[in-house]
Amino acid sequence: MTMNEPSAVVTNPWHRLRQFTPARIALGRAGVSLPTQPQLEFQLAHARARDAVHLPFDLGGLQTQLHQRSCETVALHSAATDRHRYLQRPDLGRRLDLASRDRLRARIAQAPLACDVAFVIADGLSALAVHRNAVPLLEAVMIELRATTWRVAPIALVEQGRVAIGDEVGQLLGAQQVVVFIGERPGLSSPDSLGVYLTYQPRVGRTDAERNCISNVRPAGLGYAAAAHKLFHLMTEASRRQLSGVRLKDETETAPERLISNGRNFLVDSAPG
Amino acid sequence: MATYSHCVGDLAYRFASLKELMAKATPARSGDFLAEVAAASAEERVAAQMALAETPLKTFLSEALVPYETDEVTRLIIDTHDAAAFAPVSHLTVGDFRNWLLSPQADEAALSALAPGLTPEMAAAVSKIMRVQDLILVAQKCRVITRFRDTLGLSGRLATRLQPNHPTDDPTGIAATILDGLLYGNGDAVIGINPASDNTGAVNALLEMLDAIIRQYQIPTQSCILAHVTTTIEAMERGAPVDLVFQSIAGTEAANASFGVNLGILQEAQQAALSLKRGTLGDNVMYFETGQGSALSAAAHHGLDQQTCEARAYAVARQFKPLLVNTVVGFIGPEYLYDGKQIVRAGLEDHFCGKLLGLPMGCDICYTNHAEADQDDMDVLLTLLSVAGCTYIMGIPGSDDIMLNYQTTSFHDALYVREVLGLKPAPEFEAWLQRTGVFEPGDRPRLNDALPQAFGRVLAKVA
Repeated sequence: MTMNEPSAVVTNPWHRLRQFTPARIALGRAGVSLPTQPQLEFQLAHARARDAVHLPFDLGGLQTQLHQRSCETVALHSAATDRHRYLQRPDLGRRLDLASRDRLRARIAQAPLACDVAFVIADGLSALAVHRNAVPLLEAVMIELRATTWRVAPIALVEQGRVAIGDEVGQLLGAQQVVVFIGERPGLSSPDSLGVYLTYQPRVGRTDAERNCISNVRPAGLGYAAAAHKLFHLMTEASRRQLSGVRLKDETETAPERLISNGRNFLVDSAPG
Repeated sequence: MATYSHCVGDLAYRFASLKELMAKATPARSGDFLAEVAAASAEERVAAQMALAETPLKTFLSEALVPYETDEVTRLIIDTHDAAAFAPVSHLTVGDFRNWLLSPQADEAALSALAPGLTPEMAAAVSKIMRVQDLILVAQKCRVITRFRDTLGLSGRLATRLQPNHPTDDPTGIAATILDGLLYGNGDAVIGINPASDNTGAVNALLEMLDAIIRQYQIPTQSCILAHVTTTIEAMERGAPVDLVFQSIAGTEAANASFGVNLGILQEAQQAALSLKRGTLGDNVMYFETGQGSALSAAAHHGLDQQTCEARAYAVARQFKPLLVNTVVGFIGPEYLYDGKQIVRAGLEDHFCGKLLGLPMGCDICYTNHAEADQDDMDVLLTLLSVAGCTYIMGIPGSDDIMLNYQTTSFHDALYVREVLGLKPAPEFEAWLQRTGVFEPGDRPRLNDALPQAFGRVLAKVA
């Protein structure tokens, strides 16, 4: 296109509304279609999310980082042999494979554990989220636990794991609570979102209603210190009330005041923008 | 219980029940493998389809796939079956029924009259032996018209739900997306928000906000906050301006129980919304979403295949005369619909079954980032569904739902498909778009390059 030729793209004069929302508004149009630039930006975001789903879990790298911080680790694998099976068989991702079960039992036999909480780090649907956020979050949690008597089990690292695999790991370790750090389903603008799930008295067969979840942990979402603080609060309450899940959440989560706004916005006359 | 069999060459395939036959006749999809109900081989699948084609339609009236005694959805299906409406096809087998549907005898009037005579299982059965083009051809002949403040489902029209979701329900952020959508000619089916919080206070605030916008600009559309039905009932009790009541539904009593609903609650909600008398053109006050796999994910599928479960959800929907019903076809993930091919077929099956049963069927044409699907697959399904006469699709900015973290159709997508197929928005909404200057004057819906005056004024207020 030369400088003199008029652009085929119709731009939108409401671009400044983008300050109010991360939504892809005011993209403009070529004819009625998406102009080339936003079209390719979308493709890039999707490509990153796809790559996050299929990125192999760097279990060794994570182990090294944790050992440097004097954390004992145990490397495990779910019954889902590869990503293809993992995606189609969530049931397999919730159980350990035989070798992992043996490894965990051998570790327990070697030196009996008495632990209050077990941390499980699983790749889930985004190994990227785990690579970026699991260690910093764990460090923040350890700071919260420093002045307490909580005894922590060896950190379990699980490849091809789903949330519920924490139940089996926690049960085998004999932990009172299990906390699973797991890569969440990547969104277009958040390929690295980490989820945290707390289950009191983990055992195989627990349902999602018996867990508490902290979502979107990452620098651009919920920060490590805030997430660790929230988690520690949930752990303390779970321990005190001897339960986790819906009933715990009901009483610890206050109504989000910010959301109970009067709905004021610039579109309506009575409410200045 | 009868058994079914079919010989292929010198091999005899046996199917222990109608339920097993239906499952094994279903075109391959990951959710049925996950449930361990799928055919073991491609040949067994076709053998099942052949046996199913020979099965009389009326078998479905005598052999319930989920027991009548323990499932209120089965009771609803059997107790509301209209034998007189069924009469014209009551002598047919599933295979003959397919032929009849494709024939000119099955015209718009005949199909409308037939709908109350069909059970979801009959619709599901025939869909299993239909190709994509069959699903399109027959659905296109069905016409289901519903009304609240505009008229949806007319021939030559395609409506959109404007879906201005925001991760924290921020009113200004939501307003920005609503404006974007309206200026792209979207929003005639509903302006519908998936709230981040199911808190009644927050839901009330959003209801007030949408009501104020619709009133101020006199938009011939309706609003909906897609909260749990019990939250919406509570909002109505508090006097909130509820146009449509939303609820996700499924095809078995147990799956609905996992959603925290039953037929009684839905009826209570419908009655409450009707009593508000907020519709100006009609009294279709319900909005339902469904999707293959939801029953299995609640372990409430009774050994049924996921598509048959899905069709049974339409029996629940039609009991409440909804304005809108859509399958959220690719949302649930690859363990139920693995890739673009499975999502495309499922979307067309759901649309076909819904229309055949008399529902104003739309589709949330969508995928998640862990499914083997991309924008090309969505374009394929969007184009096919629009040819099939789909009532409405979703509209969001740039296909990216920043609250639910999935991809669905964009404002632009609706414009694309309207352009290539010559489709228009709902007539009342189209007139509003022209009146306000979003569209240029004239017969063909064309976006105005200039900003409409009313909205220019609003934008001037924003720093």
